[in-house]
Amino acid sequence: MEASRREKQIEDSLLRHVVETGSGFYIVLVVLLAIIAVGGLAWMRQLRDGLSVASMNQPVYWGLYITNYIFFIGISHAGTLISAILRLTGAEWRRPITRVAEVITVVALIMGSSNILWHLGRPELAYLPMIHPQFLSPLIWDVGAISLYITGSIIYLYLPLIPDLALLRDRGTRFKGLYTILAVGWDGSERQHARLEKAISFMAVAIIPVAVSVHTVVSWTLAMTLVPMWHTAIFGPYFVVGAIFSGIAALMIAMAILRKVFHLEEYFGPLQFNNLSLLLVTMSCLWAYFTFAEHLTAWYGHEHAEMAVLNSRLSGAFAPYFWFMIVSCFVIPMGILAFKRTRTITGSVIASVFVLIGMWLERFIIVISSASHPRSEQMWDAGTYTPSWVEIAMTASEFAAFILFYVVFAKLFPLVSIWEVKEAPPEVSEPGAGPVDAASVQA
Amino acid sequence: MTTWGMAIDVDRCTGCEACVVACRGENNVPIDGPEATSKGRTTEWLRIERFIEGTFPRVRMRFKPVLCVHCDNAPCVKVCPVSATYESEDGLNAQIHPRCIGTRACAHACPYTVRFFNWSEPSWEAPLEQTINPDVAIRWKGIMEKCTFCVQRIRRGEDQAKEEARAVRDGEIDPACAQSCPTRAITFGDLDDPDSQVSALHRSARAELPLADLGTGPRVAYLMEGEWRGSVPAREAD
Repeated sequence: MEASRREKQIEDSLLRHVVETGSGFYIVLVVLLAIIAVGGLAWMRQLRDGLSVASMNQPVYWGLYITNYIFFIGISHAGTLISAILRLTGAEWRRPITRVAEVITVVALIMGSSNILWHLGRPELAYLPMIHPQFLSPLIWDVGAISLYITGSIIYLYLPLIPDLALLRDRGTRFKGLYTILAVGWDGSERQHARLEKAISFMAVAIIPVAVSVHTVVSWTLAMTLVPMWHTAIFGPYFVVGAIFSGIAALMIAMAILRKVFHLEEYFGPLQFNNLSLLLVTMSCLWAYFTFAEHLTAWYGHEHAEMAVLNSRLSGAFAPYFWFMIVSCFVIPMGILAFKRTRTITGSVIASVFVLIGMWLERFIIVISSASHPRSEQMWDAGTYTPSWVEIAMTASEFAAFILFYVVFAKLFPLVSIWEVKEAPPEVSEPGAGPVDAASVQA
Repeated sequence: MTTWGMAIDVDRCTGCEACVVACRGENNVPIDGPEATSKGRTTEWLRIERFIEGTFPRVRMRFKPVLCVHCDNAPCVKVCPVSATYESEDGLNAQIHPRCIGTRACAHACPYTVRFFNWSEPSWEAPLEQTINPDVAIRWKGIMEKCTFCVQRIRRGEDQAKEEARAVRDGEIDPACAQSCPTRAITFGDLDDPDSQVSALHRSARAELPLADLGTGPRVAYLMEGEWRGSVPAREAD
């Protein structure tokens, strides 16, 4: 009796944002659509006049679009880490947050890869790599890895959603037809449960190497060229670490917003934020180590073209961005989250915001500072790159579309895996579990 | 077999840019105008780079015509996802314009920065449209283009020789840049023919391959005086 009341309470609180829609939703919708519309106009302008409306040039052939591409694909690593690794290691505290992370993965992958459309000189031929691939090209490896990752993460998002879809179907809320189709005849039997668990475990194992390969290959589109400070073996692991790092930050920001907006405070509690913060600190250390190793190697070798890139980062045109990145990706997260006293929800959100900005800047610095110092020295002063309004509008609308996708998802599906929370041991799902000591929750 | 190559005598180059103009006319390279140029979007299949050597009063300027070196192991060919750039059997690195989707990956892969992107639709202000060469296709916005070693002239020369049932004679085929050079600084020919002038120049002690240590295998050699060799002024890293 007690147990079923608890289950009912969980269902009600987690389905509220699906069944109830306030005026706030429509306001957000209009604002987001307005931003996207500006981006759409910018894109139409670019389609008409060519990439001359973006401020890329020779030798900076890649600009904000590639920066955003790498950034969003990086964010997409949130889902994999949180959900797959924590699922495999049986960390109970991840139960309420897996779906939030998996949605970030899918939406970020869609936003990231769509950057290719506005990056290409001829977007109408974007399908050509599929039918005439040239397999020596790292860009083809990218196409393969990202397609696989998108497919895998959609399946991985969908599988744990099935029991919740059946719940929505049985409750007879709006879009009943949609839920009926998507629930594929789930009746909650033992046999179905066993099969679902098996499928989820399989996907959790399968998705991890795919996720690692994705950002490795993204880095290889840079690292396989001879461009100074792109052509380095550290790029694969460096990008994967950076991706997971920024993914965790994005996840915590999403959780902080969602818990306020949809009243999910009980599910995204201090326990989750505390553990994710510890993960963020770990990744921050790893990231700082890789950054240091990369730059020290370049400096010690003192190769002419590499020094030009390095100097532009340390003391030249990119220095303000570079040092801001160091502060916001290492100094601030360490300063806030390494100490128990400041490792609060507010603290972790502040740190996450800085990490996201810093990691975006990291991608910007990597792409632009190297691109503007090619091997051909006479080109070093040829072009300077400052994003144009078209590129900025497109970037803004990408972020708006990211949020829009997320909001729409939240209106259609529960953001917390209801059946998984129900199955959790009481200390995790118990509403108002309260602050938990870090040492006692190391799962 | 033929492998087309070039030798450029830097000591003979006066920096007059006749080759640049000839290249533009021959290959329908659009005139971008001051605005695009100030934004770093000039299309110059062949450009003159300037190097200032020494300090006043012992100072001299050297000019270096820079064009695609048609690498033997071309980095641009490898990175193209759709094979829009390829190496022909006679050693030309060519761009297939209709196949290009404009990823610009080749432009970054090229260590010589001699690949050009059409940021906008090319245009010729009247009466310059009358100078358009009917032998060369006009490119359009969104694709890469680059030096072809004047492939249209090569093919015409080969056809001519075939018609006359003979081999192509050394020095018979000249790209526009070589033809227009008043000091004959540019020599073009078959690198596979050991008796050709260009092979002899490639074997010369004065010959140096650009960025040779990258292993790209350039087919354009630069000839310089002994005392100037290796003294390409290294620019201070900024």
